[in-house]
Amino acid sequence: MPFAGTIGFLSPWLLLGLLALPVLWWLLRAVPPAAIRRRFPAVTLLLGLKDPESTPDKTPWWLLLLRMLALALVIVGFAGPILNPEQQRLATGPLLILRDASWASAPDWARRQDKLAEVLAGAERQGRPVAMLALSGPLPKDQPLEFQAAGEWVKNLPASEPMPWEPDYEAVGIWLGSLKETGFETLWMSDGLARDGRGDLLAALSKRGRVSVIEADRSILALRPPVYRDATLAVTALRQDAVIGEPVIINALGPDPAGIERQLASKEVSFDTGATSVEAVFDLPSELRNRISRFQIVGIRSAGAVVLADDALKRRKIALFAGQQPREGQELVSPLHYLKKALAPGAELIEAPVRESLLAAPDVVILADVVNMTPSEVQNLTEWVEKGGMLVRFAGPRLAEAGAGKIDQDPLLPVRLRAGGRNVGGAMSWGSPKQLQAFESGSPFFGLAIPKDVEVTSQVIAEPDPALNERTIASLQDGTPLVTRKSLGQGQVVLFHVTANAEWSSLPLSGLFVQMLERLAVSTRTATPEAADLAGQSWQPEQVLNGFGELRQADDLIAVAGERLAGARVGSNLLPGIYRHGDRQIALNVIAPDRELAAAAWPVGLPVDHMQKVAEQPLKALLLALALIGLMLDILATLWLSGRLSGPRETVLRGVLLVMALMVLPGDGAKAQDEMALRATRDTVLAYVKTGDAGLDRISEAGLYGLSQVMATRTAVEPADPIAVDLETDELAFYPMIYWPVSESQALPSKAAYGRLNNYLLTGGMILFDTRDANLGGLGTATPNGRRLQQLAAGLNIPALEPIPPDHVLTRTFYLLQDFPGRYAGAEVWVEAAPKDAVRIEGMPFRNLNDGVSPVLIGGNDWASAWAMTRQGDAMFPVGRGGYAGQRQREIAYRFGINLVMYVLTGNYKSDQVHVPALLERLGQ
Amino acid sequence: MLPPLLAEAHQLAATVVMGTHGRRQPGQGEEFWQFRGAVPGDPWRSIDWRRSARGDAHFIRQREWQAAQSVLFWIDGAQSMAFSGDKSRQTKAARATLIGLATAILLIRGGERVALIEDPDPARSGQTQIDRLVAQLAARESDRDYGAPASRIFPKGSRAVFLSDFLGDPEKVGESLLRAADRGVKGALIQILDPVEEVFPFDGRTEFRSMSGAIRFDTLRARGLRAAYLDKLAARKDRLQSLCHKTGWNYLCHHSNENAQPALMWLYAALEQVR
Repeated sequence: MPFAGTIGFLSPWLLLGLLALPVLWWLLRAVPPAAIRRRFPAVTLLLGLKDPESTPDKTPWWLLLLRMLALALVIVGFAGPILNPEQQRLATGPLLILRDASWASAPDWARRQDKLAEVLAGAERQGRPVAMLALSGPLPKDQPLEFQAAGEWVKNLPASEPMPWEPDYEAVGIWLGSLKETGFETLWMSDGLARDGRGDLLAALSKRGRVSVIEADRSILALRPPVYRDATLAVTALRQDAVIGEPVIINALGPDPAGIERQLASKEVSFDTGATSVEAVFDLPSELRNRISRFQIVGIRSAGAVVLADDALKRRKIALFAGQQPREGQELVSPLHYLKKALAPGAELIEAPVRESLLAAPDVVILADVVNMTPSEVQNLTEWVEKGGMLVRFAGPRLAEAGAGKIDQDPLLPVRLRAGGRNVGGAMSWGSPKQLQAFESGSPFFGLAIPKDVEVTSQVIAEPDPALNERTIASLQDGTPLVTRKSLGQGQVVLFHVTANAEWSSLPLSGLFVQMLERLAVSTRTATPEAADLAGQSWQPEQVLNGFGELRQADDLIAVAGERLAGARVGSNLLPGIYRHGDRQIALNVIAPDRELAAAAWPVGLPVDHMQKVAEQPLKALLLALALIGLMLDILATLWLSGRLSGPRETVLRGVLLVMALMVLPGDGAKAQDEMALRATRDTVLAYVKTGDAGLDRISEAGLYGLSQVMATRTAVEPADPIAVDLETDELAFYPMIYWPVSESQALPSKAAYGRLNNYLLTGGMILFDTRDANLGGLGTATPNGRRLQQLAAGLNIPALEPIPPDHVLTRTFYLLQDFPGRYAGAEVWVEAAPKDAVRIEGMPFRNLNDGVSPVLIGGNDWASAWAMTRQGDAMFPVGRGGYAGQRQREIAYRFGINLVMYVLTGNYKSDQVHVPALLERLGQ
Repeated sequence: MLPPLLAEAHQLAATVVMGTHGRRQPGQGEEFWQFRGAVPGDPWRSIDWRRSARGDAHFIRQREWQAAQSVLFWIDGAQSMAFSGDKSRQTKAARATLIGLATAILLIRGGERVALIEDPDPARSGQTQIDRLVAQLAARESDRDYGAPASRIFPKGSRAVFLSDFLGDPEKVGESLLRAADRGVKGALIQILDPVEEVFPFDGRTEFRSMSGAIRFDTLRARGLRAAYLDKLAARKDRLQSLCHKTGWNYLCHHSNENAQPALMWLYAALEQVR
């Protein structure tokens, strides 16, 4: 029902519900807001107090408004608002829907289906009976129209498909004339192409009731079959309207050498303004050209936009070789002259000796009176034939002589020849020249007319043989074979028992010669086959097209008589596609070679719908969704008002918002790297190596965190949170010290990582290796972790080591220590060995030790576990024998950690204390 | 949550500078106190021969009396103590634990013995006792809304410190105080309140609940209750104060938004006084 502008309502009376809103307002105002719940320990003091006031609080006006709005949205939503409601004509009576359903409707088939569904829905609303008919499909002969409820047709709608041919309006006109029903309205879904008989049809329909037309407003594109011209292929694209259009891309498709279908060539052409056709010329090498199986307009799903290629486009490669070269100037007696004339228009000719010509991979080899081939030539030719080649031989005087005295059959001859041959009708013979006998039905030449003037005067004679009869495909009137054939492997050998020139017969002079070569698929036709050419053959459809231009295998279809293929219109009993007979193929295309497209012209005043209307848009879902959002907001607002939007709920809400924000913000790897570098350099940071063992990494993290905390409380070093280092990717230079717990399962670093580790050690870094096995086996291979440590450290530049000597700087950088326990105590810890020449000067407590920091420190005391501290500051692992007794050992472990970090940060500063006595002495003076 | 509190308590305790707190009377102890002339009845081995050799009389070397005190702590761990009127503020329980631990640290440093009132073992001294205290405080869990000091027989002459909001039944606290006074136990009582409980800044229709939700009070206009509430709070404070006065204890009302140090100083001084 139309309503106020462009919005209509399905059930407008529901809008009366809006009147109830003020009542609701009043009701909602009367109900006080829910009480705010507060936790309050001093509630005991409140007990027994009297409430001095009894007027409750009021719900805030904006919350009321929000609720009213949500409710109004719900009411309006259920009233079923529709944007752009269809202005439907009130109509009654039966409706006939005619569809052209041709290939021209295929490109926008889905749109047409939608439009039809819309029409059917409208008819169903109005309760009109509907009949639907595809004009390209079978017409109901002598049957009344089948008017059904529109719903029935809706069910069948998805199954309907466009046909790969066009409707025959004449047949439709005849059918319409026989139709008895009158008084129905007609809706004609046209494909938009002009055809003969459309006007008559329209007039006949108008007599029976109102007619309206639905037509797509777009270009219809089609392809004419390709034409072979001057070694190029010309394909013509057609369109029905002469407006400025987009360029058309035409693809040539075909199998590649591996047999997979590919795009072989592509051409873009544009229609001139006002022109309805444009030609695309494909200039391709013959190898490519022969492989083309079809042309197609890119992006158009229609049988009209596909054109299939057949033999007519193929040019066979034929090798010719004659045994006796003619003397100069005697062209007409050359054994090859007539062959060349017959084959040149439709094939590529190679004239070369057998050996060379086989290298060019010919399709056919023709030998004219060739004998005495070398054994290797015979072998090559045999192999080539067995692989599918076709060898055609012509007889001659030499061949006739060659048969003498031979018992074995030449493998490259279909029959055994009698020596000498025979002459008939010559000056020295009794008989008259022989004519040809009509071809038998099994012969490939069956159906060819035999001209009267073809006479044979000489021939070679085949030895009688049981197989002779079946190998004979053409014979003379006296029954002697003229053409014999045998298959050899996948190929075949054909022998013409006469010469290829006019010496022995007039056959090469006649048109029959060309036709015979064509039938043998030696040459290919260059023009559209005539009915006569195809007469008497049955052609098996190999692949057929559907309306959308898709090919499908057609083995299940029955063969078609040859004469029907010539110049026939495609239709339901002659599908467009590829037809095969023997070695030959014919393509039957949707578009005839002389086809022009023109737009359908409709009389003025006929309602034509171009399917461009804005679709109806129901707003119900949108409004209800808005109402839902409003109610959600109301929930949040109510929670907030009552103070319940805190605690876990708030956390959840924040989490949700954070996740949404994170989804919007894209992550940035480089940014993360910079972030890490900043974090590592802003403060002193302890780092540990990521081992890939999550549990171990957690302990390392907690251990270094604990050590950092202890250092922060006791020393001037206040490290930030520890950082996990990935040896493969992260920069190491930022870290004064890296803790490396050794685990059996850790992967060896890559070469690049070792390079960076060595550089790190060389430039003053330090790695603390911790095998975490109490060093049970000494620094050896006794424990798995120890072995792993050896493997890990093999790639590192590690100097000679020694157990920490009692006067090492590590023992006095912050605390005075002689023991370096972690969770385990007592195991030796190894550092870079002191130089051999370090001597202890008399009266000094320490040796004069080397400068610099030991690049590695190796031990197995599981320090991280001893240092490990939760964020609350609790120790994570017990140390020593449990209880409070192990606290001392943990304390010493922390002290070792502090000493270590101090040692790393200050280097050998404390070592300089060796000079203290000297300094004191000097001060004393 | 306790180790950070412990660290804070250590810090807090470090702000209190202590001298030696000798008893200034002769007794059992390590430190020398004075020489006095020997009188008949003194054991031979208590005579300081080195001093006596300088004169004719015999002298006895007396040491300062350094008997350690036992101090028992009641740090209320009931649910009402877990309240904080503002997220940025410590809960009352945290504040009570902080003051209690800091005091305990100071006392341990002074050589005294401390224990929690609910601990059945006798009070001990030494650094480990602090760890034990912390462990016990961390382990306790209460499902009760309001706490009351565990009924325990106080050792004679010991000291006690009660830290609570005292919003529960005042009878129980009074009973406990009287019982302690009977045993000659003196001590200090700190009422820790959140500023919200002191001010009552509520309005509108409100349902007040205790921390566990067991006790509820519904009002249509919370603002109207304010005056009556404040009166009742003052009455509760008065009652606690008079109770303390009667038993010779010290009373302090401490708010969780105030600095903890004055409260600690007060408490330490209060414990000194009663010695």
